[in-house]
Amino acid sequence: MVKSALSGNLKPPPKTLLSRRFPLNNSKVTHLENRAKQLRRKILKLIHKAGSGHPGGSLSATDILTALFFGDILQYDPKDPKKPGRDRFLLSKGHASALLYCTLAEAGYFPEEDLADYRKINSKLFLSGHPHPKTPGVEIASGSLGQGLSVGHGIALGIRPEFPSARVYVVLGDGELQEGQIWEAAMSAAKFKSTNLIAIVDNNKVAQDNLTKDLKDLEPLEDKWKSFGWETLRIDGHDMSQIMEALQKPVNPEQPRVIIADTIKGKGVSFMEGQTAWHGVAPNDEKLEEALKELE
Amino acid sequence: MVDGATRDGYGAGLVELGASNPDIVVLDSGVSDSTRSKKFGDKYPDRFFNMGISEGDMVCTAAGLAQAGKIPFATSFACFLLGRSMDQTLVSVAYSNTNVKMVGTHSGLAVGEDGPSAQMIVDLAYTRAIPNMTVIQPADWEEARQATLALAELKGPAYMRLGRSNVKGIYEEGSYKFEIGKASVLKQGSDAVIFATGSMVEETLKAIEQIGSDLDVTVVNISTLKPLDEATILDQVGKNKAVITAEDHNRIGGLGDAVCEVLMNHRVSKPYKRIAVNDTFAETGSASELYEKYGLSANHIVKALKEVTA
Repeated sequence: MVKSALSGNLKPPPKTLLSRRFPLNNSKVTHLENRAKQLRRKILKLIHKAGSGHPGGSLSATDILTALFFGDILQYDPKDPKKPGRDRFLLSKGHASALLYCTLAEAGYFPEEDLADYRKINSKLFLSGHPHPKTPGVEIASGSLGQGLSVGHGIALGIRPEFPSARVYVVLGDGELQEGQIWEAAMSAAKFKSTNLIAIVDNNKVAQDNLTKDLKDLEPLEDKWKSFGWETLRIDGHDMSQIMEALQKPVNPEQPRVIIADTIKGKGVSFMEGQTAWHGVAPNDEKLEEALKELE
Repeated sequence: MVDGATRDGYGAGLVELGASNPDIVVLDSGVSDSTRSKKFGDKYPDRFFNMGISEGDMVCTAAGLAQAGKIPFATSFACFLLGRSMDQTLVSVAYSNTNVKMVGTHSGLAVGEDGPSAQMIVDLAYTRAIPNMTVIQPADWEEARQATLALAELKGPAYMRLGRSNVKGIYEEGSYKFEIGKASVLKQGSDAVIFATGSMVEETLKAIEQIGSDLDVTVVNISTLKPLDEATILDQVGKNKAVITAEDHNRIGGLGDAVCEVLMNHRVSKPYKRIAVNDTFAETGSASELYEKYGLSANHIVKALKEVTA
C-alpha cells in the first residue's frame, strides 16, 4: 500500500503539478462566450419555471463556470462523477444553484429534462434550492455561506498524496467573505501550502440587502488575500480571455491561489445588473421574455 | 480493568487505528495535548492536522477530508467543538452525510474549575436533534477505546462525548464488546433501574455501594444516546418497579428526555426521577463539589432511589 503523505507535518508540496495550458485562440473564446450566453438563457428559464431562485448571483458567475467546465480546465467525467482522481468543483455560494445545475446538465452529468423538478418536492436528482451531494456532480451541501473554502481545503489535503495533479476549485461569493470562517480557511490553506486549492471570488459587489461595501467593505481585497499568504490574481470576471488565462496559469509551487473576478450581479440582463432586487426573485413571464431578448 | 479518563481511552484507540487503517486522519483545534489526539499526531504526523483555534474551519475541513475518502476524527473540547460549529455540523457534516467523527472532550460539570463557559451541558441535546447523527458517550477508558474503533467502522457522521477526569475501570478488554446502539446491563436488580451515561455511571455505582442491600437496583450504561437501545430500556423498565436516569448534562434534550420518550411511546408509566443539571449554569469548583451542589452526586442518586421506591 502506498504510504499516505498528507501534509500535517508541512511536507513540501508536490512538484509534479502540471500546468494546464491549452491553446487559447479567438474562436475558442467566442465559443465559450456563446456557451455562456446559452447557459444564462437556461438559468433564467429554469428559475422562471421554478417560480423562485437566485438569478443575480447565478448570472454573475456564469462566465467563470463556463470557462471551468467547458474550457478544458476542470478534469471530470460526467459518466463517472465520483472518479477518484477527478478535479473537484465546489459552489460555496450555494444560492447560485440554478447556475450549477444548468452547468452540470450541460456537462452531461444528467439529462436536461431532469432539471424540470428544480426546487420541486420529490425531485429525482434532489435539485434543492441549494446544492446537496445526492445530485451527481455536487461534492458537498452548501447554502450556509462561509463553509465551502474549508471543505474544499479538506478535499485538497485528502487527495494531494494520491493525486498530486488534481485540483480543487471553490467559487465564493463576495458577500460570504464577510464570514470569518473564510479567513480561517485562508490561514489554514496557506499554513498547509495547499497549492492544489484555487478559490475564485465572484466579486459581484451586491448582496441581498445592500451593496457588499455598505454592509461591510471588503476592500482592499487583494491586500487581504495576499496578507493571508495567497497568490492573488484580479481579473474582469466577464472577459473570457482573462478568465481562461487566469485558470490556465501554472500552479504556484508555494501558495494557494485566489482569483478575484470582478463581476456584475445579474450580468447580461440590463434590468437585473447591479440590482439587489434581483438577488432572490424569479422573473415573471414578461420579464423572462424581456431578459431572453437581451440574450439572443 | 483500566482506570483512566475516557479521553485517554480515545487517544489509545486512535493510535491503534493509525496502525490498522491508513485512511484514518485526525484533526484538532489547538488543544491536542488535552484532548489526547496528540497521541495520534506524535505517531502519525502525516495524518494529523492541527487546524488552530478555529473549530468551524476544522469541522468543515474534516468534511472535505471525508469527501476525499478519509475517515476524519475532528477533536476539541466539547464546548468549542459544537458551540463554535453548530451550523458547520448541520450542513457540511450531517446534511451532507459525510463520514466525520466529531469528538468532544472535557464535557459536563465534571470539567470543574474552568467554569460554565467550559462546562458543556447542551451537546447531547444539540447532537441528538441532528438527523443522520450517531451519538455516543462511553463510561470508562476501555469503552472509549473500543468506541473509537467502532466509530471508524461506522459509515456516517457521529459525535462522541468524552470526559476529562479519571474514572474507575468498569469493562475488561476481551470480556466486553462495545457495540454502537447497544446498552449494557452492569447489575441486574428489580426494585429500580438506573439508566446512566458517561461519568454518571461511576457515580451510580458509588450510589449502589452506599445503599448496600437496602435496595436491589439495576444499573444500565447507556453509551449510545442515538440510536437508543429501546429494547433493553423497555425490558429493564418492565423488570423493575421504578426508573431513574442520570447524566452530567442539562435536563433538557439529553438521556432523560430520550428514555422518557421511549416510555411514553410504549405507554409505560413508572415512578421516575431525573438526575441532571437543573436547567441552570453552574459555577466554578471541583467536579465533586459541583456534582454535590448541582444534584449529580452519588448522594443525590441515593436520595432519588429512596424517593422512587418509597
